[in-house]
Amino acid sequence: MGYTIAEKILLKHSGQKAIKPGEFIQARVDIALANDITAPLAIAEFKKSGFKQVFNKNKIVLVPDHFAPAKDLKSANQCKILADFAKEQGIKNYFEIGQMGIEHALLPEKGIVLPGDLVIGADSHTCTYGALGAYATGMGSTDLARAYIDGKCWLKVPATLKFVYQGKLNKWVGGKDLILFTIGQIGVDGALYKVMEFCGPVISKLGMDDRFSMCNMAIEAGARAGLIAPDAITKKFVAGFKRKPKFYQSDPDAVYEKTYAWDISKLEPLVACPHLPSNVKPVSSLKDIKVDQVVIGSCTNGRISDLRIAANLLKGKKAAGGVKLIIFPATQKIYLQAVKEGLAEIFVKAGGVFSTPTCGPCLGGHMGILTDGEVAIATTNRNFLGRMGSPKSFVYLSNPAVAAASAITGKITHPDKIK
Amino acid sequence: MIIKGKVHKFSDDINTDDIIAAKYLVSTDAQELGKHCMETINPNFSQAVSPGDIIVAGRNFGCGSSREHAPLAIKGCGVSAVIAKSFAAIFFRNAINIGLPFLESVDVDKINDGDFIEIDLTTGVIKNITQDQNYKTQAFPEFLQEIVQNGGLINWVKKRKQ
Repeated sequence: MGYTIAEKILLKHSGQKAIKPGEFIQARVDIALANDITAPLAIAEFKKSGFKQVFNKNKIVLVPDHFAPAKDLKSANQCKILADFAKEQGIKNYFEIGQMGIEHALLPEKGIVLPGDLVIGADSHTCTYGALGAYATGMGSTDLARAYIDGKCWLKVPATLKFVYQGKLNKWVGGKDLILFTIGQIGVDGALYKVMEFCGPVISKLGMDDRFSMCNMAIEAGARAGLIAPDAITKKFVAGFKRKPKFYQSDPDAVYEKTYAWDISKLEPLVACPHLPSNVKPVSSLKDIKVDQVVIGSCTNGRISDLRIAANLLKGKKAAGGVKLIIFPATQKIYLQAVKEGLAEIFVKAGGVFSTPTCGPCLGGHMGILTDGEVAIATTNRNFLGRMGSPKSFVYLSNPAVAAASAITGKITHPDKIK
Repeated sequence: MIIKGKVHKFSDDINTDDIIAAKYLVSTDAQELGKHCMETINPNFSQAVSPGDIIVAGRNFGCGSSREHAPLAIKGCGVSAVIAKSFAAIFFRNAINIGLPFLESVDVDKINDGDFIEIDLTTGVIKNITQDQNYKTQAFPEFLQEIVQNGGLINWVKKRKQ
Protein backbone atom coordinates (compact mmCIF):
# COMPACT_ATOMS: atom_id res chain seq x y z
CA MET A 1 0.00 0.00 0.00
CA GLY A 2 1.35 3.42 -0.93
CA TYR A 3 1.76 6.53 1.20
CA THR A 4 0.55 10.12 0.91
CA ILE A 5 3.08 12.98 1.08
CA ALA A 6 2.18 13.60 4.73
CA GLU A 7 2.66 9.93 5.62
CA LYS A 8 6.02 9.81 3.82
CA ILE A 9 7.33 12.82 5.75
CA LEU A 10 6.09 11.42 9.06
CA LEU A 11 7.52 7.98 8.29
CA LYS A 12 10.92 9.48 7.49
CA HIS A 13 10.92 11.42 10.77
CA SER A 14 9.62 8.56 12.90
CA GLY A 15 12.56 6.24 12.36
CA GLN A 16 10.04 3.42 11.92
CA LYS A 17 9.76 0.99 9.01
CA ALA A 18 6.08 1.65 8.44
CA ILE A 19 3.29 3.85 9.78
CA LYS A 20 -0.47 3.96 9.49
CA PRO A 21 -3.17 6.52 10.31
CA GLY A 22 -4.23 6.43 13.95
CA GLU A 23 -0.83 5.24 15.17
CA PHE A 24 1.11 7.28 17.76
CA ILE A 25 4.70 8.09 16.80
CA GLN A 26 7.59 10.01 18.30
CA ALA A 27 8.88 12.13 15.44
CA ARG A 28 12.12 14.05 14.95
CA VAL A 29 11.50 17.77 14.45
CA ASP A 30 13.38 19.84 11.85
CA ILE A 31 12.12 23.23 13.01
CA ALA A 32 10.44 24.23 16.29
CA LEU A 33 8.83 27.68 16.08
CA ALA A 34 7.25 29.89 18.72
CA ASN A 35 6.21 33.54 19.03
CA ASP A 36 5.92 36.18 21.74
CA ILE A 37 2.63 34.72 23.02
CA THR A 38 3.54 31.03 23.04
CA ALA A 39 7.34 31.01 23.56
CA PRO A 40 7.28 32.49 27.10
CA LEU A 41 5.20 29.49 28.27
CA ALA A 42 7.45 27.06 26.39
CA ILE A 43 10.60 28.64 27.81
CA ALA A 44 9.16 28.59 31.34
CA GLU A 45 8.29 24.87 30.98
CA PHE A 46 11.75 24.13 29.56
CA LYS A 47 13.44 25.91 32.47
CA LYS A 48 11.21 24.20 35.03
CA SER A 49 12.18 20.82 33.58
CA GLY A 50 15.74 21.25 34.78
CA PHE A 51 17.38 20.83 31.37
CA LYS A 52 19.96 23.50 30.63
CA GLN A 53 20.68 23.28 26.90
CA VAL A 54 18.24 23.07 24.01
CA PHE A 55 18.63 19.98 21.81
CA ASN A 56 19.85 21.96 18.80
CA LYS A 57 20.07 25.74 18.74
CA ASN A 58 19.87 25.81 14.93
CA LYS A 59 16.46 24.15 14.81
CA ILE A 60 14.70 26.61 17.11
CA VAL A 61 13.04 29.72 15.72
CA LEU A 62 11.71 32.59 17.84
CA VAL A 63 9.67 35.37 16.24
CA PRO A 64 8.16 38.16 18.34
CA ASP A 65 5.38 39.12 15.93
CA HIS A 66 2.02 39.04 17.72
CA PHE A 67 2.22 41.99 20.12
CA ALA A 68 5.41 43.39 18.58
CA PRO A 69 6.61 46.08 18.30
CA ALA A 70 5.70 45.77 21.99
CA LYS A 71 2.21 47.23 22.47
CA ASP A 72 2.52 47.68 26.23
CA LEU A 73 4.71 46.84 29.19
CA LYS A 74 3.48 43.27 29.58
CA SER A 75 4.12 42.57 25.87
CA ALA A 76 7.57 44.09 26.19
CA ASN A 77 8.27 41.64 29.02
CA GLN A 78 7.09 38.72 26.89
CA CYS A 79 9.24 39.80 23.93
CA LYS A 80 12.26 40.17 26.21
CA ILE A 81 11.89 36.57 27.38
CA LEU A 82 12.45 35.48 23.76
CA ALA A 83 15.43 37.80 23.26
CA ASP A 84 17.06 36.64 26.51
CA PHE A 85 16.51 32.96 25.78
CA ALA A 86 17.92 33.34 22.25
CA LYS A 87 21.02 35.00 23.66
CA GLU A 88 21.45 32.48 26.44
CA GLN A 89 21.09 29.47 24.11
CA GLY A 90 22.86 30.95 21.08
CA ILE A 91 19.73 30.70 18.92
CA LYS A 92 20.47 32.58 15.71
CA ASN A 93 16.97 32.33 14.28
CA TYR A 94 15.60 34.98 16.59
CA PHE A 95 14.21 37.96 14.71
CA GLU A 96 14.09 41.30 16.47
CA ILE A 97 11.77 44.00 15.10
CA GLY A 98 13.41 45.44 12.03
CA GLN A 99 14.29 41.93 10.83
CA MET A 100 11.07 40.43 12.12
CA GLY A 101 8.09 39.58 9.95
CA ILE A 102 4.90 37.62 10.49
CA GLU A 103 6.35 34.18 11.21
CA HIS A 104 4.54 32.22 8.51
CA ALA A 105 5.66 34.59 5.78
CA LEU A 106 9.13 35.06 7.25
CA LEU A 107 10.24 31.43 7.57
CA PRO A 108 9.67 30.44 3.92
CA GLU A 109 11.17 33.73 2.75
CA LYS A 110 14.38 33.05 4.71
CA GLY A 111 14.57 29.43 3.58
CA ILE A 112 14.21 28.26 7.19
CA VAL A 113 11.45 25.80 6.27
CA LEU A 114 11.84 23.63 3.21
CA PRO A 115 9.92 20.91 1.38
CA GLY A 116 10.05 17.58 3.20
CA ASP A 117 10.57 19.17 6.64
CA LEU A 118 8.65 18.31 9.78
CA VAL A 119 7.85 21.67 11.33
CA ILE A 120 6.08 22.19 14.63
CA GLY A 121 5.01 25.64 15.71
CA ALA A 122 3.27 26.96 18.77
CA ASP A 123 0.93 28.82 16.47
CA SER A 124 -2.04 27.24 14.75
CA HIS A 125 -1.21 28.74 11.35
CA THR A 126 2.05 26.80 11.21
CA CYS A 127 0.16 24.70 8.64
CA THR A 128 1.01 27.45 6.10
CA TYR A 129 4.28 25.69 5.18
CA GLY A 130 2.34 22.77 3.76
CA ALA A 131 2.33 24.91 0.61
CA LEU A 132 6.00 23.94 0.22
CA GLY A 133 5.30 20.23 0.66
CA ALA A 134 6.42 20.24 4.30
CA TYR A 135 4.48 18.59 7.13
CA ALA A 136 3.88 21.62 9.29
CA THR A 137 1.50 21.62 12.22
CA GLY A 138 0.40 23.78 15.14
CA MET A 139 0.98 22.61 18.69
CA GLY A 140 1.06 24.07 22.17
CA SER A 141 3.82 25.57 24.26
CA THR A 142 4.43 22.38 26.25
CA ASP A 143 4.97 20.49 22.98
CA LEU A 144 7.58 23.10 22.11
CA ALA A 145 9.23 22.79 25.53
CA ARG A 146 9.45 19.04 24.97
CA ALA A 147 11.03 19.59 21.54
CA TYR A 148 13.54 21.98 23.13
CA ILE A 149 14.54 19.08 25.40
CA ASP A 150 14.86 16.14 23.00
CA GLY A 151 14.03 17.45 19.51
CA LYS A 152 10.93 15.32 19.21
CA CYS A 153 7.15 15.52 19.33
CA TRP A 154 4.35 13.01 19.71
CA LEU A 155 1.93 12.69 16.85
CA LYS A 156 -1.06 10.58 16.00
CA VAL A 157 -0.67 9.91 12.27
CA PRO A 158 -3.67 11.59 10.61
CA ALA A 159 -5.64 10.17 7.70
CA THR A 160 -5.50 12.29 4.54
CA LEU A 161 -8.37 13.90 2.65
CA LYS A 162 -7.80 14.71 -1.02
CA PHE A 163 -9.18 17.90 -2.57
CA VAL A 164 -9.11 18.11 -6.37
CA TYR A 165 -9.83 21.48 -7.99
CA GLN A 166 -10.76 21.41 -11.67
CA GLY A 167 -11.58 24.13 -14.18
CA LYS A 168 -10.20 27.64 -14.48
CA LEU A 169 -10.10 30.44 -11.92
CA ASN A 170 -12.10 33.56 -12.71
CA LYS A 171 -10.62 37.03 -12.48
CA TRP A 172 -10.30 38.21 -8.85
CA VAL A 173 -10.48 34.63 -7.56
CA GLY A 174 -7.42 33.17 -5.83
CA GLY A 175 -6.10 30.81 -3.19
CA LYS A 176 -8.07 32.58 -0.46
CA ASP A 177 -11.34 31.95 -2.29
CA LEU A 178 -10.46 28.30 -2.89
CA ILE A 179 -9.87 27.69 0.80
CA LEU A 180 -12.95 29.70 1.88
CA PHE A 181 -14.99 27.69 -0.62
CA THR A 182 -13.56 24.44 0.78
CA ILE A 183 -14.25 25.39 4.41
CA GLY A 184 -17.74 26.50 3.39
CA GLN A 185 -18.32 23.05 1.89
CA ILE A 186 -16.91 20.86 4.66
CA GLY A 187 -17.34 23.08 7.75
CA VAL A 188 -15.01 24.20 10.54
CA ASP A 189 -14.51 20.60 11.68
CA GLY A 190 -14.78 19.03 8.25
CA ALA A 191 -11.12 17.99 8.32
CA LEU A 192 -10.84 17.48 12.08
CA TYR A 193 -7.58 15.65 12.82
CA LYS A 194 -6.95 15.04 9.10
CA VAL A 195 -4.43 16.17 6.55
CA MET A 196 -5.83 18.12 3.60
CA GLU A 197 -3.96 17.47 0.35
CA PHE A 198 -4.79 20.08 -2.29
CA CYS A 199 -4.27 19.10 -5.92
CA GLY A 200 -5.64 19.23 -9.46
CA PRO A 201 -5.09 21.46 -12.49
CA VAL A 202 -6.09 24.64 -10.63
CA ILE A 203 -3.49 24.06 -7.90
CA SER A 204 -0.78 23.24 -10.48
CA LYS A 205 -1.18 26.75 -11.90
CA LEU A 206 -1.46 28.53 -8.56
CA GLY A 207 1.47 30.75 -7.54
CA MET A 208 3.28 30.26 -4.22
CA ASP A 209 1.61 33.22 -2.47
CA ASP A 210 -1.85 31.78 -3.23
CA ARG A 211 -0.70 28.34 -2.12
CA PHE A 212 0.48 29.78 1.19
CA SER A 213 -2.86 31.47 1.81
CA MET A 214 -4.71 28.22 1.06
CA CYS A 215 -2.63 26.02 3.33
CA ASN A 216 -2.65 28.75 6.00
CA MET A 217 -6.37 28.21 6.57
CA ALA A 218 -6.38 24.38 6.65
CA ILE A 219 -6.61 24.75 10.45
CA GLU A 220 -9.92 26.60 10.03
CA ALA A 221 -11.36 23.27 8.84
CA GLY A 222 -9.79 21.55 11.84
CA ALA A 223 -6.94 19.98 9.85
CA ARG A 224 -3.54 19.07 11.31
CA ALA A 225 -1.88 20.05 8.04
CA GLY A 226 -2.68 21.29 4.53
CA LEU A 227 -0.28 20.10 1.85
CA ILE A 228 0.49 20.72 -1.80
CA ALA A 229 2.87 18.42 -3.68
CA PRO A 230 6.09 20.20 -4.62
CA ASP A 231 6.36 20.98 -8.35
CA ALA A 232 8.30 23.33 -10.65
CA ILE A 233 6.75 26.37 -8.88
CA THR A 234 7.88 25.08 -5.47
CA LYS A 235 11.34 24.20 -6.78
CA LYS A 236 11.79 27.68 -8.19
CA PHE A 237 10.77 29.19 -4.83
CA VAL A 238 13.28 27.16 -2.81
CA ALA A 239 16.15 27.28 -5.33
CA GLY A 240 19.22 28.88 -3.80
CA PHE A 241 18.49 28.14 -0.14
CA LYS A 242 21.38 26.65 1.79
CA ARG A 243 19.69 23.58 3.22
CA LYS A 244 18.64 20.83 0.81
CA PRO A 245 14.90 20.31 0.29
CA LYS A 246 13.32 16.86 -0.03
CA PHE A 247 10.53 16.58 -2.54
CA TYR A 248 7.87 13.99 -1.72
CA GLN A 249 4.92 12.97 -3.92
CA SER A 250 1.97 10.84 -2.92
CA ASP A 251 2.13 7.31 -4.29
CA PRO A 252 -0.41 6.40 -7.00
CA ASP A 253 -1.82 3.79 -4.60
CA ALA A 254 -1.79 6.07 -1.54
CA VAL A 255 -4.87 5.72 0.64
CA TYR A 256 -7.16 8.72 1.10
CA GLU A 257 -9.98 8.64 3.59
CA LYS A 258 -12.11 10.68 1.22
CA THR A 259 -11.71 12.58 -2.05
CA TYR A 260 -13.54 15.79 -2.87
CA ALA A 261 -13.50 17.04 -6.48
CA TRP A 262 -14.94 20.36 -7.56
CA ASP A 263 -15.08 22.34 -10.78
CA ILE A 264 -14.44 25.89 -9.65
CA SER A 265 -14.87 27.63 -13.04
CA LYS A 266 -17.98 29.46 -11.85
CA LEU A 267 -16.52 30.48 -8.50
CA GLU A 268 -16.70 34.19 -7.72
CA PRO A 269 -14.83 35.92 -4.88
CA LEU A 270 -16.16 34.70 -1.53
CA VAL A 271 -16.66 36.32 1.84
CA ALA A 272 -16.80 34.50 5.17
CA CYS A 273 -19.46 36.27 7.23
CA PRO A 274 -19.46 36.58 11.04
CA HIS A 275 -18.72 34.59 13.15
CA LEU A 276 -17.22 31.48 11.53
CA PRO A 277 -14.85 30.97 8.58
CA SER A 278 -17.35 28.43 7.20
CA ASN A 279 -20.14 31.02 6.91
CA VAL A 280 -19.18 31.66 3.29
CA LYS A 281 -21.19 33.63 0.73
CA PRO A 282 -20.48 34.91 -2.80
CA VAL A 283 -19.48 38.58 -2.61
CA SER A 284 -22.23 39.61 -5.05
CA SER A 285 -24.89 38.22 -2.70
CA LEU A 286 -23.91 40.68 0.04
CA LYS A 287 -25.82 43.93 -0.36
CA ASP A 288 -25.25 47.15 1.54
CA ILE A 289 -22.93 45.84 4.21
CA LYS A 290 -21.14 48.96 5.35
CA VAL A 291 -17.61 48.64 6.66
CA ASP A 292 -15.79 50.81 9.20
CA GLN A 293 -12.42 49.17 8.74
CA VAL A 294 -10.54 47.34 5.99
CA VAL A 295 -7.53 45.24 6.93
CA ILE A 296 -5.19 43.95 4.23
CA GLY A 297 -2.30 41.79 5.39
CA SER A 298 -1.53 38.93 7.84
CA CYS A 299 0.03 35.48 7.45
CA THR A 300 -2.85 34.65 5.12
CA ASN A 301 -2.70 37.57 2.66
CA GLY A 302 0.17 39.91 3.49
CA ARG A 303 2.50 38.84 0.68
CA ILE A 304 3.68 40.94 -2.23
CA SER A 305 1.17 39.59 -4.75
CA ASP A 306 -1.64 40.36 -2.29
CA LEU A 307 -0.40 43.95 -1.95
CA ARG A 308 -0.10 44.28 -5.74
CA ILE A 309 -3.72 43.19 -6.19
CA ALA A 310 -4.90 45.71 -3.57
CA ALA A 311 -2.74 48.54 -4.95
CA ASN A 312 -3.95 47.89 -8.47
CA LEU A 313 -7.50 48.65 -7.36
CA LEU A 314 -6.61 51.49 -4.99
CA LYS A 315 -4.36 53.34 -7.45
CA GLY A 316 -5.57 56.91 -7.84
CA LYS A 317 -8.55 56.21 -5.56
CA LYS A 318 -9.40 57.11 -1.99
CA ALA A 319 -10.84 55.02 0.78
CA ALA A 320 -14.45 56.04 1.39
CA GLY A 321 -15.04 58.69 4.04
CA GLY A 322 -14.90 57.26 7.54
CA VAL A 323 -13.29 53.98 6.46
CA LYS A 324 -10.11 53.05 8.31
CA LEU A 325 -7.83 51.32 5.82
CA ILE A 326 -4.93 49.38 7.35
CA ILE A 327 -2.35 47.60 5.20
CA PHE A 328 0.26 45.51 6.91
CA PRO A 329 2.85 43.72 4.80
CA ALA A 330 3.95 40.42 6.31
CA THR A 331 7.73 40.93 6.31
CA GLN A 332 10.36 43.66 6.02
CA LYS A 333 11.34 42.31 2.59
CA ILE A 334 7.74 42.59 1.37
CA TYR A 335 7.49 46.05 2.96
CA LEU A 336 10.59 47.24 1.09
CA GLN A 337 9.41 45.69 -2.17
CA ALA A 338 6.08 47.51 -1.76
CA VAL A 339 7.96 50.77 -1.27
CA LYS A 340 10.15 50.14 -4.33
CA GLU A 341 7.18 49.29 -6.54
CA GLY A 342 5.29 52.41 -5.45
CA LEU A 343 2.58 50.38 -3.71
CA ALA A 344 3.20 52.06 -0.37
CA GLU A 345 2.62 55.44 -1.99
CA ILE A 346 -0.65 54.25 -3.53
CA PHE A 347 -1.86 53.04 -0.12
CA VAL A 348 -0.90 56.24 1.69
CA LYS A 349 -2.43 58.43 -1.02
CA ALA A 350 -5.61 56.36 -0.76
CA GLY A 351 -5.78 57.40 2.89
CA GLY A 352 -4.49 54.10 4.22
CA VAL A 353 -2.16 53.23 7.09
CA PHE A 354 0.91 51.34 5.86
CA SER A 355 2.10 49.46 8.92
CA THR A 356 5.25 47.66 9.96
CA PRO A 357 4.83 43.85 9.95
CA THR A 358 2.86 42.55 12.95
CA CYS A 359 0.05 40.08 13.66
CA GLY A 360 -1.56 42.90 15.72
CA PRO A 361 -4.92 43.63 14.09
CA CYS A 362 -5.73 40.05 13.02
CA LEU A 363 -6.15 38.77 16.59
CA GLY A 364 -7.40 41.97 18.17
CA GLY A 365 -3.97 42.58 19.65
CA HIS A 366 -3.18 46.13 18.60
CA MET A 367 -2.97 48.38 15.51
CA GLY A 368 -6.67 48.38 14.68
CA ILE A 369 -9.01 47.16 17.40
CA LEU A 370 -12.75 47.31 16.66
CA THR A 371 -15.19 48.87 19.10
CA ASP A 372 -18.89 48.08 19.66
CA GLY A 373 -20.92 47.90 16.48
CA GLU A 374 -17.96 48.30 14.12
CA VAL A 375 -17.65 46.16 11.00
CA ALA A 376 -14.42 45.12 9.33
CA ILE A 377 -13.57 43.29 6.17
CA ALA A 378 -10.17 41.67 6.49
CA THR A 379 -7.89 39.42 4.47
CA THR A 380 -7.05 37.58 7.71
CA ASN A 381 -8.08 34.06 8.68
CA ARG A 382 -10.53 34.19 11.60
CA ASN A 383 -13.80 36.01 12.13
CA PHE A 384 -14.73 34.57 15.53
CA LEU A 385 -16.86 36.66 17.86
CA GLY A 386 -14.69 39.44 19.26
CA ARG A 387 -11.66 38.37 17.23
CA MET A 388 -10.63 41.95 16.37
CA GLY A 389 -11.75 43.56 19.60
CA SER A 390 -15.26 44.12 20.94
CA PRO A 391 -17.57 41.10 21.18
CA LYS A 392 -20.11 43.46 19.62
CA SER A 393 -18.02 43.97 16.45
CA PHE A 394 -18.20 42.03 13.17
CA VAL A 395 -15.44 40.62 10.97
CA TYR A 396 -15.87 39.50 7.36
CA LEU A 397 -13.04 37.60 5.65
CA SER A 398 -12.11 37.99 1.99
CA ASN A 399 -9.30 38.11 -0.54
CA PRO A 400 -7.28 41.36 -1.03
CA ALA A 401 -9.24 42.43 -4.14
CA VAL A 402 -12.60 42.37 -2.34
CA ALA A 403 -11.06 44.13 0.67
CA ALA A 404 -9.56 46.90 -1.50
CA ALA A 405 -12.77 47.35 -3.49
CA SER A 406 -14.73 47.55 -0.24
CA ALA A 407 -12.37 50.22 1.10
CA ILE A 408 -13.15 52.40 -1.93
CA THR A 409 -16.93 52.12 -1.72
CA GLY A 410 -17.26 51.78 2.06
CA LYS A 411 -19.33 48.62 1.75
CA ILE A 412 -18.57 45.03 0.81
CA THR A 413 -18.03 45.22 -2.94
CA HIS A 414 -17.15 42.97 -5.88
CA PRO A 415 -13.87 44.23 -7.41
CA ASP A 416 -15.56 44.24 -10.85
CA LYS A 417 -17.58 47.25 -9.64
CA ILE A 418 -14.43 49.41 -9.40
CA LYS A 419 -13.81 51.22 -12.67
CA MET B 1 -9.95 9.51 39.95
CA ILE B 2 -13.46 10.85 40.54
CA ILE B 3 -14.49 14.39 39.58
CA LYS B 4 -17.79 15.85 40.72
CA GLY B 5 -19.35 19.18 39.84
CA LYS B 6 -22.05 21.34 38.35
CA VAL B 7 -22.39 21.50 34.56
CA HIS B 8 -21.84 24.67 32.54
CA LYS B 9 -23.20 23.94 29.10
CA PHE B 10 -21.77 25.37 25.86
CA SER B 11 -22.59 24.96 22.16
CA ASP B 12 -20.61 23.58 19.18
CA ASP B 13 -17.39 25.20 17.90
CA ILE B 14 -16.36 26.99 21.09
CA ASN B 15 -13.10 28.56 19.89
CA THR B 16 -9.96 29.57 21.75
CA ASP B 17 -10.83 33.27 21.39
CA ASP B 18 -14.05 32.49 23.27
CA ILE B 19 -12.13 30.60 25.96
CA ILE B 20 -9.53 33.31 26.42
CA ALA B 21 -9.41 36.47 24.28
CA ALA B 22 -6.06 37.45 22.73
CA LYS B 23 -5.88 40.66 24.75
CA TYR B 24 -5.22 38.58 27.89
CA LEU B 25 -2.36 36.60 26.34
CA VAL B 26 0.20 38.95 27.87
CA SER B 27 0.07 36.71 30.94
CA THR B 28 0.92 33.04 31.40
CA ASP B 29 -0.56 32.85 34.91
CA ALA B 30 -3.46 30.36 35.07
CA GLN B 31 -5.26 32.24 37.89
CA GLU B 32 -5.05 35.54 36.02
CA LEU B 33 -6.20 33.93 32.74
CA GLY B 34 -8.98 32.13 34.62
CA LYS B 35 -10.58 35.44 35.58
CA HIS B 36 -11.34 36.05 31.90
CA CYS B 37 -12.27 32.52 30.87
CA MET B 38 -15.22 32.50 28.39
CA GLU B 39 -15.61 36.25 28.93
CA THR B 40 -16.44 37.04 25.27
CA ILE B 41 -19.49 34.76 25.21
CA ASN B 42 -20.40 34.83 28.92
CA PRO B 43 -18.94 37.79 30.85
CA ASN B 44 -20.00 36.33 34.23
CA PHE B 45 -18.62 32.85 33.64
CA SER B 46 -15.60 32.91 35.94
CA GLN B 47 -17.70 34.23 38.85
CA ALA B 48 -20.34 31.57 38.22
CA VAL B 49 -17.84 28.71 38.45
CA SER B 50 -17.40 26.90 41.76
CA PRO B 51 -14.20 24.89 42.10
CA GLY B 52 -14.74 21.45 40.59
CA ASP B 53 -17.42 22.48 38.07
CA ILE B 54 -17.47 20.84 34.66
CA ILE B 55 -17.78 22.31 31.16
CA VAL B 56 -19.99 20.30 28.80
CA ALA B 57 -19.94 21.34 25.13
CA GLY B 58 -20.81 20.20 21.62
CA ARG B 59 -18.56 19.47 18.65
CA ASN B 60 -15.09 20.85 17.92
CA PHE B 61 -14.42 22.33 21.38
CA GLY B 62 -11.30 24.52 21.44
CA CYS B 63 -11.03 25.18 17.71
CA GLY B 64 -8.82 28.01 16.51
CA SER B 65 -5.50 29.01 17.94
CA SER B 66 -2.72 26.93 19.50
CA ARG B 67 -2.73 29.01 22.70
CA GLU B 68 -2.13 26.73 25.66
CA HIS B 69 -3.54 29.64 27.64
CA ALA B 70 -6.99 28.22 26.76
CA PRO B 71 -6.80 25.00 28.82
CA LEU B 72 -4.80 26.97 31.42
CA ALA B 73 -7.63 29.53 31.72
CA ILE B 74 -10.18 26.72 32.12
CA LYS B 75 -8.08 25.15 34.87
CA GLY B 76 -7.36 28.56 36.39
CA CYS B 77 -11.01 29.50 36.85
CA GLY B 78 -11.65 26.31 38.81
CA VAL B 79 -13.15 24.02 36.16
CA SER B 80 -12.09 20.44 36.84
CA ALA B 81 -12.90 18.77 33.51
CA VAL B 82 -14.34 19.29 30.03
CA ILE B 83 -16.73 16.91 28.26
CA ALA B 84 -17.48 17.49 24.57
CA LYS B 85 -18.71 15.61 21.52
CA SER B 86 -15.33 16.27 19.91
CA PHE B 87 -12.25 18.39 20.52
CA ALA B 88 -10.13 20.41 18.12
CA ALA B 89 -6.77 18.71 17.68
CA ILE B 90 -4.45 21.31 19.21
CA PHE B 91 -6.70 21.87 22.22
CA PHE B 92 -6.84 18.09 22.66
CA ARG B 93 -3.06 17.75 22.85
CA ASN B 94 -2.65 20.86 24.99
CA ALA B 95 -5.14 19.48 27.51
CA ILE B 96 -3.26 16.16 27.61
CA ASN B 97 0.11 17.86 27.90
CA ILE B 98 -0.88 20.12 30.81
CA GLY B 99 -3.12 17.58 32.52
CA LEU B 100 -6.61 19.08 32.12
CA PRO B 101 -9.00 16.11 32.34
CA PHE B 102 -11.41 15.80 29.42
CA LEU B 103 -13.67 13.20 27.85
CA GLU B 104 -15.35 12.75 24.49
CA SER B 105 -18.98 11.69 24.76
CA VAL B 106 -21.81 11.26 22.27
CA ASP B 107 -24.32 11.75 25.10
CA VAL B 108 -23.60 15.45 25.59
CA ASP B 109 -27.10 16.46 24.41
CA LYS B 110 -28.64 14.52 27.33
CA ILE B 111 -26.79 16.65 29.88
CA ASN B 112 -28.39 19.96 30.90
CA ASP B 113 -26.89 23.19 32.13
CA GLY B 114 -26.83 23.07 35.93
CA ASP B 115 -26.93 19.25 36.22
CA PHE B 116 -24.65 17.69 38.83
CA ILE B 117 -22.45 15.02 37.32
CA GLU B 118 -19.70 12.71 38.42
CA ILE B 119 -16.89 11.50 36.16
CA ASP B 120 -14.79 8.44 36.84
CA LEU B 121 -11.64 9.11 34.82
CA THR B 122 -10.39 5.55 35.23
CA THR B 123 -13.49 3.86 33.83
CA GLY B 124 -14.62 6.78 31.65
CA VAL B 125 -18.16 6.56 33.07
CA ILE B 126 -20.14 9.79 33.45
CA LYS B 127 -22.87 9.67 36.10
CA ASN B 128 -25.59 12.30 35.85
CA ILE B 129 -26.69 12.64 39.48
CA THR B 130 -29.48 15.12 38.69
CA GLN B 131 -31.06 12.90 36.03
CA ASP B 132 -29.97 9.55 37.47
CA GLN B 133 -28.36 8.44 34.19
CA ASN B 134 -25.02 6.91 33.24
CA TYR B 135 -23.09 7.59 30.02
CA LYS B 136 -20.15 5.59 28.73
CA THR B 137 -17.17 7.17 27.00
CA GLN B 138 -14.19 5.90 25.03
CA ALA B 139 -11.08 5.31 27.12
CA PHE B 140 -7.96 7.18 26.02
CA PRO B 141 -5.41 5.29 23.94
CA GLU B 142 -2.63 3.77 26.03
CA PHE B 143 0.04 6.30 25.02
CA LEU B 144 -2.08 9.27 26.10
CA GLN B 145 -2.91 7.58 29.41
CA GLU B 146 0.83 7.18 29.94
CA ILE B 147 1.34 10.97 29.62
CA VAL B 148 -1.55 11.69 31.97
CA GLN B 149 -0.34 9.14 34.53
CA ASN B 150 3.11 10.74 34.48
CA GLY B 151 1.61 14.14 35.27
CA GLY B 152 2.00 15.70 31.83
CA LEU B 153 4.31 15.64 28.84
CA ILE B 154 7.42 17.15 30.41
CA ASN B 155 7.46 14.61 33.26
CA TRP B 156 6.92 11.86 30.71
CA VAL B 157 9.95 13.06 28.70
CA LYS B 158 12.08 13.39 31.84
CA LYS B 159 11.29 9.82 32.79
CA ARG B 160 12.05 8.64 29.25
CA LYS B 161 15.42 10.39 29.26
CA GLN B 162 16.48 8.78 32.55
